[in-house]
Amino acid sequence: MRTIAIKMLFGDTAKFYGILLGLSFATLLIAQQASIFVGLMSRTYALIEETPQADLWVTDPTMQFVDDTKPMQVTALQRVRSVDGVGWAVPLFKGLLVAKLPSGARQICDVVGVDDASLIGVPARMVKGDVSVLRKPDSIIIETRGARSRLAQPINPADPTGPKRPIEIGEELELNERRAVIGGIAETKPTFQNVPTIYTTYSRAIGFAPANRRTLSMILVKAAPGVSVTELRDRIARETELSVYTPKDFAWTTINYWMTQTGIPINFGIAIVLGFLVGIAIAGQMFYNFTLDNLKYFGAMKAMGATTARLLGLVALQGAVAGVLGLGLGLGVTSIVGLAIPGDKLAFKMTWHIPVIAAAAVIFIVVASSLFSMRRVVKLDPSEVFQG
Amino acid sequence: MIEPTNSIVCNEVFKTFGVGDSMVRALRGVNLEVRFGEMMALVGPSGCGKTTLISILAGLLQRDEGEMAVLGTDPSALSNHERTIWRGKNVGFIFQQFNLIPQVSILENVAVPLLLRHHPKRDALDRAAKLLEEVGLKGRESTRPNKLSGGQQQRVAIARALVTGPRLLVCDEPTSALDGATGQMIMGLIRELTAAAEHVVVVVTHDERIYHFADRIAHLDDGRVTHVSTPAEALAESAQRMGDAAKRH
Repeated sequence: MRTIAIKMLFGDTAKFYGILLGLSFATLLIAQQASIFVGLMSRTYALIEETPQADLWVTDPTMQFVDDTKPMQVTALQRVRSVDGVGWAVPLFKGLLVAKLPSGARQICDVVGVDDASLIGVPARMVKGDVSVLRKPDSIIIETRGARSRLAQPINPADPTGPKRPIEIGEELELNERRAVIGGIAETKPTFQNVPTIYTTYSRAIGFAPANRRTLSMILVKAAPGVSVTELRDRIARETELSVYTPKDFAWTTINYWMTQTGIPINFGIAIVLGFLVGIAIAGQMFYNFTLDNLKYFGAMKAMGATTARLLGLVALQGAVAGVLGLGLGLGVTSIVGLAIPGDKLAFKMTWHIPVIAAAAVIFIVVASSLFSMRRVVKLDPSEVFQG
Repeated sequence: MIEPTNSIVCNEVFKTFGVGDSMVRALRGVNLEVRFGEMMALVGPSGCGKTTLISILAGLLQRDEGEMAVLGTDPSALSNHERTIWRGKNVGFIFQQFNLIPQVSILENVAVPLLLRHHPKRDALDRAAKLLEEVGLKGRESTRPNKLSGGQQQRVAIARALVTGPRLLVCDEPTSALDGATGQMIMGLIRELTAAAEHVVVVVTHDERIYHFADRIAHLDDGRVTHVSTPAEALAESAQRMGDAAKRH
């Protein structure tokens, strides 16, 4: 009987495709918007993920998220290093600076200055060149997306608006009137600000930056062997009165800032709710109408000895089949869209939670519309089959 | 006292729908006996209670008052669930509009009553194929209902009604959607397939052309069985009524 119930669903082509379209469109909207939201949020803490060597991040207490740099006095580094249990502590500069490109154009760049000695904080995946290039005078490392897009240079220098080529190793930029030579190109995770990131040494970075009494953006800390990271975090915070985060806490602090201080979640939330409502409106209504169209057959089955539970099972099966197909199609299209559009164009990250959330939404839509349909089946009087 | 040799016995059966101003007394003391192996036609004007009566006999509705036994059971005394199971085991239905599921083959349509009772699929389809052969549709098993004529669809409905081997077959206007010749053929087929003594057939009809297939005709009016006649007597009464009407005009 299950086969017949499924054939009844597939056989009503117009309604079946309507149900499928509604469910898959709802899934697409929910999963795609959620994936973009997660993608954007994950970009807000890209720097933390790119610096896996650090056990702890020390910042000014007023700093709210990774890009919200509130420089500290250089003495803060010594205070942190003096805390018992610290294996090593290195400075990190982070700031937005205007770069003058070879073509003469200007571009805001995110400049990251890493410890001169250890180079901790330099991206691990070098595409061209080597991290040791930073030991050369005026040397910087840029990342691939920036090289291909915002830092790209016109093929014909006489035509600055014409076709462009990626900027290459050996070409020079100006940062705050100072020469910077591209020595390497690295692959890094996209950032939320979506401006080119330039890596250089800490001392060179503060030279690029406008003069400021406070230049230390963050301190990266490694716990000494055998020292508890959480205990060390609490100890540094207590002794220095600075904010100290584990990478995970720092990432969540950053996410929480964007979640609570911006309209981003509301905008994405509205799109997700709209997807859900579209699913209810289209698929729910179609499924209800499908059941109404089949009421006379259900009535005949009831007359022929089908129990109400048996019929409800058939309606539930039809709903489940439609739900699984709609969910699968919607998630499939979402994944294809996510894979087809390059990561620098679309912030897309589908974590395992998203299909689960989409499935929960589809289950809700199917169950709600099935319940409405089932209500009619339960109330169906089998004697109505004799009424023409 | 209910006579056990009869398949259907109704003593003063009443049925009312609604309450207050909207109350309708559909049956007002029906008395009827149908014997095993008999085909009984229920005839009468629209609204006389024919459909209500077969619905009660088939266990689709419950009587309000009176005594009745159908195949030795009073279906109105059963719970909803028990009545559903009883219908599935004992009653076959032939509907005016066939009620065949359009999205599946006629073989699957015929197998539906068995499949609803969790019968093994292979066996259900084998039995359905055998019934389709008996109604003259061998070779058309995979056809969808909408590819068949009205007469062929009703033959499928007959096969579906008989596939569970019911002892009571209720037919609601089985020929009203068919032309005269097809109607005769369908009734002939029902008669032929239910000729075994244990079958009881109750047919609601307005079609005088199929009266002669019935063994007896119960005339209903205003919620009561006014009298039971032979088909010949019923046709004579009908001719008499028509003659009287012609004279009045």
